[in-house]
Amino acid sequence: MSRKISMKQAINEALDLEMRRDPTVIVMGEDIVGGTGAKGEDDAWGGVLGVTKGLYAKHGDRLMDTPLSESAYIGAAIGAAACGLRPVAELMFLDFMGVCFDQIFNQAAKFRYMFGGKAETPVVIRGMVGAGFRAAAQHSQMLTPLFTHIPGLKVVCPSNAYDAKGLLIQSIRDNDPVIFCEHKNLYGLECEVPAESYAIPFGEANVLRDGDDVTIVSYGLTVHRAMEAATALAKDGTEAEVIDLRTLSPIDWDTIVESVERTGRLVVVDEAHPRCNLATDIAAFVGQNAFGALKAGIQMVTAPHTPVPFAPSLEDLYVPSADSIASAVKRTLSPKGASPRIAA
Amino acid sequence: MAQNPFPLGKDELLKAYRTMRTIREFEERLHVDFAKGDIPGFVHLYAGEEACATGIMMHLNDNDRIASTHRGHGHCIAKGVDVHAMMAEIYGRSTGACRGKGGSMHIADLSKGMMGANGILGAGAPLICGAALAAKVRGDRGVGITFVGDGASNQGTFLESLNLAAVWNLPVVFVVENNGYAESTAMEWAVSCDSYVDRATGFGMPGVTVDGTDFFAVYEAAGEIIRRARDGGGPALLECNMVRFYGHFEGDAQTYRAKGELEAIRASRDCLTILSERVIEAGVIGRDELQAIDREVNGLIEDAVRAAKAAPLPVAEDLLRDVYVAY
Ligand SMILES: Cc1ncc(C[n+]2csc(CCOP(=O)(O)OP(=O)(O)O)c2C)c(N)n1
Ligand SMILES: [Mg+2]
Repeated sequence: MSRKISMKQAINEALDLEMRRDPTVIVMGEDIVGGTGAKGEDDAWGGVLGVTKGLYAKHGDRLMDTPLSESAYIGAAIGAAACGLRPVAELMFLDFMGVCFDQIFNQAAKFRYMFGGKAETPVVIRGMVGAGFRAAAQHSQMLTPLFTHIPGLKVVCPSNAYDAKGLLIQSIRDNDPVIFCEHKNLYGLECEVPAESYAIPFGEANVLRDGDDVTIVSYGLTVHRAMEAATALAKDGTEAEVIDLRTLSPIDWDTIVESVERTGRLVVVDEAHPRCNLATDIAAFVGQNAFGALKAGIQMVTAPHTPVPFAPSLEDLYVPSADSIASAVKRTLSPKGASPRIAA
Repeated sequence: MAQNPFPLGKDELLKAYRTMRTIREFEERLHVDFAKGDIPGFVHLYAGEEACATGIMMHLNDNDRIASTHRGHGHCIAKGVDVHAMMAEIYGRSTGACRGKGGSMHIADLSKGMMGANGILGAGAPLICGAALAAKVRGDRGVGITFVGDGASNQGTFLESLNLAAVWNLPVVFVVENNGYAESTAMEWAVSCDSYVDRATGFGMPGVTVDGTDFFAVYEAAGEIIRRARDGGGPALLECNMVRFYGHFEGDAQTYRAKGELEAIRASRDCLTILSERVIEAGVIGRDELQAIDREVNGLIEDAVRAAKAAPLPVAEDLLRDVYVAY
């Protein structure tokens, strides 16, 4: 059975199903239940935006509120994972990674390799990413490139409810540490999602739209902007293929390269800052492995090299728009070498 | 006129009242305008907690630094940040304290010694150790005050800073603003020790707990430990027990509170009422004098909102400006 639910509900459902299936799955985070130790209602919050609401009634103490001590509880989730549990730890806004990054990149990410292949750390660290929420510089970042840089971490960033559910279930079952990035501006977006359990394998991109003229690659919120751009371009007769990466580490190189070999043109869209991000990574890979197929220079559309501004008038300029993606596509269609130099 | 039994003269008392009233009016106006949909983003209100910021900041000058929290409007106003600039910032205007780039959670005015509200819990504590270190190195008798909520007092950054300040004998005061909750989670559950005084003792510094709704209690306790820090006596911790009148942030239904809790604290623990009653009862200030201040403050906030709404928005060129000093 399938019905329309939001990405927020899909994440809640994935947690519920996996907690039912596997008693070693526990969920922890700040106010993910809410009202702990207080005299009012139980399950008073269910997470800051209500993603885990209702799970406490179903699973009781397997949902744990934490003190505001990210180093300690994220580290404890990692330690518990190394000792046989499958913790899902919520880091409310992934910007707060700054407080507890050591436990993630020096500990969790390295155990497997550093201990000679003898350790498994099946932890999921999930939290919000992305701009557009008027949440300002410390609650809006797309830090995905920091995570993909680290060997040992897997990095997931769904663009819709269907993928969020299947990818979160896969993340929980996966035996490596996973950073699960939820774009806060996609929480309310609904699509058809089966009620039953299903897992989407890592490293498989989703081709959302077929086209022979240009390949647009993105992930998260900007996938939707890319689709808007593709629809607009189709009116002028340009058919864009739109690829949603879904997982950033591992990444589906084959789908990207096969598409570019057919279209000869590539636009990569990334909400992260322009230096050393997913866009530069993909551009470099295609440049190295499919240079012969390219009919034009690769174009990148990213956020600017600035922190996320608070003012709505600026934040609206910050996130890549459908227009900026369409313009980038048009640059790939102009003769070789004619595109202006785009400053980072 | 009766003899003044308070540790401050009448002018200073009026100033304290004006500061507290300004904070209250500022926050209540935001509460209303947020509900109307006029204000973008996250807004955490300081209403109910005014005596704490005010009682402490009365001892500071522009050379003293403070590091604030996500609930920073009260700290800003008490430290002398311009109310118009604050309002414009919250409205995302280019006339804002941070030219619209920071918003409610990041208001700063370094010229006033206000090192910023902060979106990262516990982040102010190490920064204020740095401010205090700079004052100590310069020998200018400056002090640093960091505010931290009961919830954020469990951050490693905060606990490490207590130790660092003690080891370096820094002129720092750590103010724990204990309003009983971190978002929806009770302080009694989340903080392992029974008293912050014990925590301070564990880190080798004096700790004091006061009723943070009593302006005079805060004022006197803060005065003593700030003087001590200024004179080279080292850091201390001040816990202010207080109440928050609104949700964690605007939009919070507050179902974690006991039934009747909000009504009760508003009735019996309103720091503005407590201060007014005391100065009026002592015969030092007349009710009409306070009411005159109320009217002026109301006008000030009204003006600030009108000016903010009419102010220009930041434009495209502003997006790329000020990432570096030079690049
Ligand atoms: C490092 C970090 N973790 C979590 C948060 C999310 N958060 C913002 S305010 C808050 C509660 C803070 O409670 P407390 O310190 O008691 O301050 P209060 O809000 O009561 O003034 C939380 C969890 C954050 N901003 N930064
Ligand atoms: Mg608190």
